[in-house]
Amino acid sequence: MKFAVLVFPGLTCDLDMYYAIEETVKQEVEYVWHTEADQLDQFDAVLLPTGTSYGNYLRPGALAKSSPACQHLIAFAESGKPVLGVGNGFHILVEAGLLPGGFLRNVGLKFRSAQETVVVENNTTTFTKDYAQGQIITLPVAHEFGNYYADEETVEELKNSNRIVFTYTNEHTDGSTLAIAGITNEKGNVLGMMPLPERAVEEVIGGTDGSPLFHSILNNWSEQHVN
Amino acid sequence: MSINHEPTAEQIKEQRLYLQMGMTVEEYERAVELLGRTPNYTETGLFSAMWSEHCSYKSSKPVLRKFPTEGARVLQGPGEGAGIVDIGDNQAAVFKMESHNSPSAIEPFIGAATGAGGIIRDVFSMGARPVALVNSLRFGDLTEPRDKFLFEEAVAGIASYGNAMGIPTVAGEVQFDQCYSKRPLVNAMAVGLLNHEDIQKGLAAGVGNTVLYAGATTGRDGIHGATMSSAEVSIEEDNELPVMQAGDPFIEKLLMEACLELVKSDALIGIQDMGAAGLTSSSAEMASKAGYGVELNLDLVPQREENMTAYEMMLSESQERMLIVVKKGREEEIIELFTKYGINAVAIGHVTDDKMLRLLHKGEVVAEVSADLLAEDAPTYHKESKEPASFAENQAIENKEPQVDNLKETLLSLLQRPTIASKEWVYNQFDTGARTSTVVAPGASAGIIRVRGTNKGIAMTADCNSRFIYLDPETGGKIAVAEAARNLVCSGAEPIALTDCLNFGSPDKPEVFWQLEKSADGISEACRKLNAPVIGGNVSLSNEVNGVPIYPTPTIGLVGIVHDLTEVTTTSFKQAGDAIYVIGQTDTEFGGSELQQMVEGKIFGKAPAIDLDVEAKRQQQLLSAIQQGLIQSATDLSEGGFAVALCEKAFAADGLGAEVTVSGSAVTELFSETQSRFLVTVKADQVAAFEEKVEDAVKIGTVTDGGQLVIKDAEGTVLVEGTVEQFHAAWKGAIPCLLNSEG
Amino acid sequence: MTKVTIYVTLRESVVDPQGIATTEALQKMGFEEVQSVRVGKLIELEMDGSEQTVETRVKEMCEDLLINKVIEDYRFEIGEVAGK
Repeated sequence: MKFAVLVFPGLTCDLDMYYAIEETVKQEVEYVWHTEADQLDQFDAVLLPTGTSYGNYLRPGALAKSSPACQHLIAFAESGKPVLGVGNGFHILVEAGLLPGGFLRNVGLKFRSAQETVVVENNTTTFTKDYAQGQIITLPVAHEFGNYYADEETVEELKNSNRIVFTYTNEHTDGSTLAIAGITNEKGNVLGMMPLPERAVEEVIGGTDGSPLFHSILNNWSEQHVN
Repeated sequence: MSINHEPTAEQIKEQRLYLQMGMTVEEYERAVELLGRTPNYTETGLFSAMWSEHCSYKSSKPVLRKFPTEGARVLQGPGEGAGIVDIGDNQAAVFKMESHNSPSAIEPFIGAATGAGGIIRDVFSMGARPVALVNSLRFGDLTEPRDKFLFEEAVAGIASYGNAMGIPTVAGEVQFDQCYSKRPLVNAMAVGLLNHEDIQKGLAAGVGNTVLYAGATTGRDGIHGATMSSAEVSIEEDNELPVMQAGDPFIEKLLMEACLELVKSDALIGIQDMGAAGLTSSSAEMASKAGYGVELNLDLVPQREENMTAYEMMLSESQERMLIVVKKGREEEIIELFTKYGINAVAIGHVTDDKMLRLLHKGEVVAEVSADLLAEDAPTYHKESKEPASFAENQAIENKEPQVDNLKETLLSLLQRPTIASKEWVYNQFDTGARTSTVVAPGASAGIIRVRGTNKGIAMTADCNSRFIYLDPETGGKIAVAEAARNLVCSGAEPIALTDCLNFGSPDKPEVFWQLEKSADGISEACRKLNAPVIGGNVSLSNEVNGVPIYPTPTIGLVGIVHDLTEVTTTSFKQAGDAIYVIGQTDTEFGGSELQQMVEGKIFGKAPAIDLDVEAKRQQQLLSAIQQGLIQSATDLSEGGFAVALCEKAFAADGLGAEVTVSGSAVTELFSETQSRFLVTVKADQVAAFEEKVEDAVKIGTVTDGGQLVIKDAEGTVLVEGTVEQFHAAWKGAIPCLLNSEG
Repeated sequence: MTKVTIYVTLRESVVDPQGIATTEALQKMGFEEVQSVRVGKLIELEMDGSEQTVETRVKEMCEDLLINKVIEDYRFEIGEVAGK
């Protein structure tokens, strides 16, 4: 399986994602600079890392829309292959219209680094099959705009279609609507989440609760490519 | 703003306009004599910037010469953007600490942010990838609104820049004392890693080679920042403020990635950050160090404002700019490299053989001064030094315990002192886990990152107890280094080298200069004894408010190696049943202690004594015990003494507590700040091996289940008893509580 | 040349954490009469084009990039650039 780590200008945590693939599923992984995103169709999955891109100016994730990479990303998502956006990657997916909702500043108004406990609300997705339904995992968060917002209608739709994949056990974490920590698109091939699974793949850096997510992606791909 | 309005050379001389630029009469006359003529306006600006304390170290040079700067691991000592030490496997650690005090006193968010940005550039300009940040901060005691504001904004500013660069902050310290009220200290340190062959220097060599300007445009921001940072800032909030140089971490990130690709190119000759005194210091220093000259055409400098004069361009401190010398004929490929990252790079000049810094603007030569004259020939001052009367008075005071009525209440109060209280409020704002290499995050004795691809770690800490230095600068200087080393050793690291940030009052006050000299003596001796040379640093003088100097604060940023990550040791208790040991005996030493300040409202008396031979021996024995796997947890005893350290060991240890017995006077045993002491825990079956290894260790108790802390005296009387939860709540909530309180 | 001033505010239904904190801060500082604060953004553009086209184009800019309709509302004013 071949993973692309899509790198927009000024992106900071591309390395975390790259090493997580090497560390967990040990598959081929390449950085794809945003001007070279026309090659995305050669990959089996696209990963949008966290951190900052474009200095997080205007709104985090918004300026990525100015890159041609955004259209290639949308086309890739439409092809049904998996797209994972964490942190700033989630922001980009929302701004690109691949996922619903928006992001506000944390209710505490400050950037916040912490370990959060997260519930796996749906373990039937491409990204979560290696978790148990309802499993509680610990993942780090590091964001200033972690306050996910969706209006009532959207929330109903997310609930009814079982697209809320992760929630925080602490219902007040940064103010997110319904303590939402991660959602998928309708097809289920695009996942956006604020907690950072790529920072929880080794004991030496504090835990391995993120590893099953990457294994799920690989296992799902392997099942589809048995022959 | 037009060049026509600039004063002539004669007017500058007659009207002594150089005084406004920060030059003294003597300095101006020296410049005239060495130049052989009166300098024009632009040239006077060059001299004033390059001969400022910030760029020339004219007052501190004789003091800095005291520091040991050599060692087997040292690849680059002081004098470049950052120092470099070998860490084995053809790799090296690159680091430096720098102050951004004056800007932070005026506009703390921008001041602190650009401080972080500047030190990051210093590290990547050496060819190294910055992998970790450390900070050392000082504020007033959070009783006044202005100090709360400075604290909140400075922390947010550092966070905004470091986080947007994707560099984790892994260590730091914050102390609070009214001597820093309205005059905060913001010292930022960056640590980078590189392979030996990628080491770069700021050299402008090879006649005809091209000088490139890369990065953000030049504006009128920060003009004379270098001279300003060496002067006392008057903090009348309604005053017209100088234009601050604002930072743009987005540009810096792009610039960093481009520069780190550039260092792999054989077209690169030299590279230097345009930091303090911007284009002036980078061009003059690069030429002077290489023994060449540089000619710049200022018309080609990318400008963000209209009608900028040569003077303004040369003295601008706009951020996120680098000066780069590349081989003639290779400019285009380098410019293309920067363009790929969206960074503007342009050729603005070339290297010459005449050792002059020559500036052209609008077809005319607007300045022509020897680069050496600017970079090397600043006057060196041997400032008057005088022992203050208070020193002898303090030395004459007998050591005595402060009056304490209730030991438990006193402990709870100490835990709520902002200097001792949890700094979670601060470090939760930093992205501590970026780069997925953080093994030990802030809140521990030292921060540790792993070196990817090896089993090694780099440990780092920043320390300085300025109260001890105020009472006794030589002893306090020794303590600053020793404490930093203790923090590394407790974490399982071997200290290898340090950077410093010498924050003092005005050097024109003989008593202040005496503090500087004496503390440098103490630091130097400790560096030699503990085998940690000084590989770089920064001087920040004239930190005063209304003529009152801050406590002398020579912050130590110490870096060490963890040879094997399995040796990483932390503060917390690990399991019930482990034996608790104190290493080192305790004396009645309260001069400059947190308890003294709390009870008496001031500090006085003797700083705690320190014997560096004893210190070195204990550190070596403890480190060796850690490396042999004999230690479960370790911490040093510092502010607040034994009782505070015991609490801290229980705070992050889920459900564990301790029962210990102390002998001797309770107040001394619990709260004295005697040096060279550690608190460690050892598994029951390793007690014998541990005792054989560590001479001065005394068993005082046991780690218990159930989350109770009990301290008894030799007769079995309970001195302090409470739940860990109670102490923890006090410690954890103190800083948010102070910030939210009225006033 | 036309100068466009765009005011971006959070939609009424969206809780504004900055606004709430600012309200509390103002009240704490003695401005008890303050009932609520909402913090927005101001974006200034200088651009070419007739008033008619400017209006259409600015709307497009807002919807495509400058605001996120899920959380934000906007309005704008069109004026002349002084001195140009």
